[in-house]
Order: sequence, then C-alpha cells, then structure tokens
Amino acid sequence: MTHLAVDICGLRLKNPTILASGVLDETGKSMLAVAKAGAGAMVTKSVGKEPRAGHQNPSIVELQHGLLNAMGLPNPGIDAYAAEIKEAKKSGVPIIGSVFGGSEDEISELAGLIEKAGADAVELNLSCPHAKGYGSELGSTPELVELICRNAKRRIKVPLFAKLTPNTSSISSLAAAAEKGGADAVVAINTLKGMVISPDARMPILANRFGGLSGQAIRPVGVRCVYEIHEAVRIPIVGVGGIGNGRDALEYIMAGASAVQIGTAVWTEGVGVFNKVCSELLEFMEHNGYESVKDMVGVAHSGRR
Amino acid sequence: MFTIAEHRDETPTTRTIIFKEKLAAVPGQFVMVWVPGVDEFPMSASYTSKDFGITYQVIGDGTKALAAKDVGERIGIRGPYGKGFAIHGKRLLMVAGGAGMAPLAPFIEESVDHKVIVDLVLGAKTKDELLFEGRAERAGAKVHVSTDDGSKGLKGLATESVASVLRNEKFDCIYACGPEKMIVGLLEIAEKHGTPMQASLERIMKCGIGICDSCALDGRHVCRDGPVFSELELRSFEELGRTKLDTSGRKVRI
Repeated sequence: MTHLAVDICGLRLKNPTILASGVLDETGKSMLAVAKAGAGAMVTKSVGKEPRAGHQNPSIVELQHGLLNAMGLPNPGIDAYAAEIKEAKKSGVPIIGSVFGGSEDEISELAGLIEKAGADAVELNLSCPHAKGYGSELGSTPELVELICRNAKRRIKVPLFAKLTPNTSSISSLAAAAEKGGADAVVAINTLKGMVISPDARMPILANRFGGLSGQAIRPVGVRCVYEIHEAVRIPIVGVGGIGNGRDALEYIMAGASAVQIGTAVWTEGVGVFNKVCSELLEFMEHNGYESVKDMVGVAHSGRR
Repeated sequence: MFTIAEHRDETPTTRTIIFKEKLAAVPGQFVMVWVPGVDEFPMSASYTSKDFGITYQVIGDGTKALAAKDVGERIGIRGPYGKGFAIHGKRLLMVAGGAGMAPLAPFIEESVDHKVIVDLVLGAKTKDELLFEGRAERAGAKVHVSTDDGSKGLKGLATESVASVLRNEKFDCIYACGPEKMIVGLLEIAEKHGTPMQASLERIMKCGIGICDSCALDGRHVCRDGPVFSELELRSFEELGRTKLDTSGRKVRI
C-alpha cells in the first residue's frame, strides 16, 4: 500500500512536507491554518530570548524566481512565544521549535526553553544570513557547529535538527560536524546571501542591504548540498530550498532527504502547496512502484559509474 | 519606480500623490510604498480609475519623508495586493472614519458608475480633517458628516451617525474603513439591522505578500486574505478590536 508517512528520528509525520521556519509561523493560529492545509510538520519562527522587531522595511524583494528577504529574525521572545506553540500544538501535527542565539550557551538555553514550551523537536538556526551576530555568523565553521550542537543536545530530550548554511565552501563538513556534535538530523539549506540594487534609486532595495535568497532559483544549489551531505553523514537530512511541487520534492528526496520543508512556495501557491506536493508525490510513487518515501531516499546516488 | 505627477494637501494631516504611471487596482487594494533610504509601508490606493494615486496621513518617519517628495521624484511601488471592496446590491452605505476615507473614495465613484445609490457617513475629529467630502458629493453620494468636536455636521462618532441614518433607510450592504473600534461598533449595528457588511482592516505589514505572518489576525492575513473582509470573516475574528501584533510579533491590546 503506497503511503506518504515518514519517520525522522522517531518523529512520525503523516507526510514528508514540513512548513519551513519564517513563513506563516509567528502566530499559533496561522500554524493551525497551515496544519489544516496538510503540512506533515511545522517549524516555528526562529525564536530568541527577547522580543525583537527585526529589520526596517523593505525587508523583502520579489524576484522572478524567488524572494530576497532580510526580515532580521523578528520574534516575540521565547516567553511570549510559548503561548503560540501551545496553540499550534492543537493541530496534532509535530511542532519543530526553531531557535537562534548569539552564543552556544544562549542557544542551548533556548533549546531547553522551547522544548519546555512543547516543541516535539528543536531546529537550531545556524544559518540565517542577515542578522548580525546570529545564524550563519555562528554556523559557518565546523568547530562551532559541533560545539553548539553538543551543548544543545545536552539540554534536550527531543530530537535536535541543525539547519545549515549554504554560504560556505563545504556544507558537508558542517553537516559532519553537526552529526559529531550529536545532532539527530540536519536541515539544508537556508537562504543564499544576496543583494538586489534598484538602479533608479541607486541603492540596495533591502533596508539591511543584503538578505537571503529563497525559492525556485536556489533549488539546484539545495539539491547539490543535500546530495553532498548524504555522502558525508548517516543522520537523516531534511531538504529545503525552492520546493513548490512534487517533482521538486523528489529531487531532494532522491538526493538524500528524508523529508522536505516548504516556505517560499507559500507565496506563489498559497498554503495549498502542501497538499499539492503530497498528491504529486503519491502519484509518482504509484506510477513507479515505490511503497514509501524512504524507498526513494538517496536513490540518485546509485548507478553512478 | 513610479514618478510623482502631482502631490497635494487634502487636509492639514493628509496628502495625495498622483503618479504618472498607471496601475490597475481595485478600490480597497493596497500597494507597498518604498521611500528609498527610509522605509517601506502599505498604503491604500485612493485613485484607481483614470489615475493611480495614494492618500496618506503624515504620521511617522516614512510618511514624513514621503511628504517631502516633489513632483518628478520617484518612489518604489509594488502591488496592488489583497482583496478590495465588491459591490453587493443597489443601495450602499459607506462609513469612513478619518483617513479611512482613502480607499472608500474610489469605491464610491466605482459604485455610482455602476448605477448604485450611495450614502456616505464621513467622520473626522474636526471639519478640517474631513477627507474627500467634496469628491464624494461630486461623485453623487449623499454625504452625512459627523465630527468629534461638532465643528461640522453631527457632533459625535460616525457610528452614531450611522445609527441615525439606518433608522430611516434600508441598505443592501455597509462598507467601512476607519478605526477598529468604529468597525466593531458597526458590526453590532449591522447585525441589529440584518444588513451585510464589509470592512477594510489594518495591521502591521512587512512582506505584503502573505508569508511573513506579521499581519496575522486569527490565522488569516490582512495582506492576502484582506484588507477587505466579509461580515462572516469579521465576525469570526476573536482578535478584532481586542489584540494586534507589534513589530516583534507580540500580541498587544488595542
């Protein structure tokens, strides 16, 4: 019997589509709406210790094949956000709590706090490219990635995911470091650091000047990263970057991802994208004799000369 | 980027920009206005038929910088976004509080063009702040003015004026834009009279395209599902008139 259910580090998902961090997940009720639309799991907005307004607008630029954003990690702070997680949990869909911090101690403290708030897993944001002192500024060296994962892992019982940056010469070294540090899974990729300039205004459009590129445009980069990581680690990989239909998801799965996250496609497709990806995946599986998603994970690695 | 063709005062606190470029917007839809180097913010289209224009209140750094722009200067515009007003019936009552008149003014013109009879309750703090009163009259609407200080028309809130208009006449639909308290009050009045209603809402908006969740309202999004919501939607909102999100996403009381 063909089915879409997946198991990632003990987390049971009814299907492999996960809401990516930063999209429709600042409030519990929005996450309930995403769950209703069919997501198999949801990652929260990246949460820090204190309320944070994020960057000045413009914080987003619409492009032909994606978005450039520099939201700047806006969030209400972990204390206030606990109520949103509680609300989102009513969906019955696993909630993955995303946290960011300025040091390994702060990150591990937040990992503990978001677990306490009810998160079924914790995703470390080691990869936001546009917030000074956070994200990829900490997550760009294997040494720090390993240290941060080790510290965080000690504080929590739920699975630990490390979300990695592609803005590095070797994402597979970062993934190997996360695995060594005790991460239960890696998530790849976060946005690619970029800039858009308005020739009319003679300046970058984003108030933060540079930001992170997401959407269709980055899918080949994401697929390549997942493919490389699959050859470097044994822990599960969650693929993310430019997934908007079933075939996009299949690329990531065949490269080695056990599940996928969807974010920017919510802009173009609405929340219906989760159901769309799932039904297209199922159709492909039925046509090609795959019973479960896990049978397809990493198949693109075989048959090479 | 869009070029400013005309920039004028409407009231002591509101200004209108008419652009050289055209943009096909439905009354009630909004655009994201970028003042380079300063800010980007949502703004309702106040001219949507022949010309495209916006009318804004000068309240923060962004709108102050916008107010200083001269004819011929260029600013960024993206959009139009969201859902606008839709004509339901032959006799419509529009209710505008303060700058809430901006999106209703083109809707009045559109409605009259469609042979609809329009009454407008136009409220403001004082008579100088009555926005587009003459424009609504010229379009052919019957205008009922109310001011908080009684300097013109009925002294009191727009909702009180609406209650008195509804005592004598019946409408197919009520359309509102203004302070959230006014909209909550109108919902009650509309229910009492069994009249359907649409209202345009406001929240802090960052992306404008339905992904960042900053304008979330009970799991819906003002930028994509709104800004104009139907009565059914308005009644379903537990947060309406009670809480909104601040820039960090924290729920705060209204």
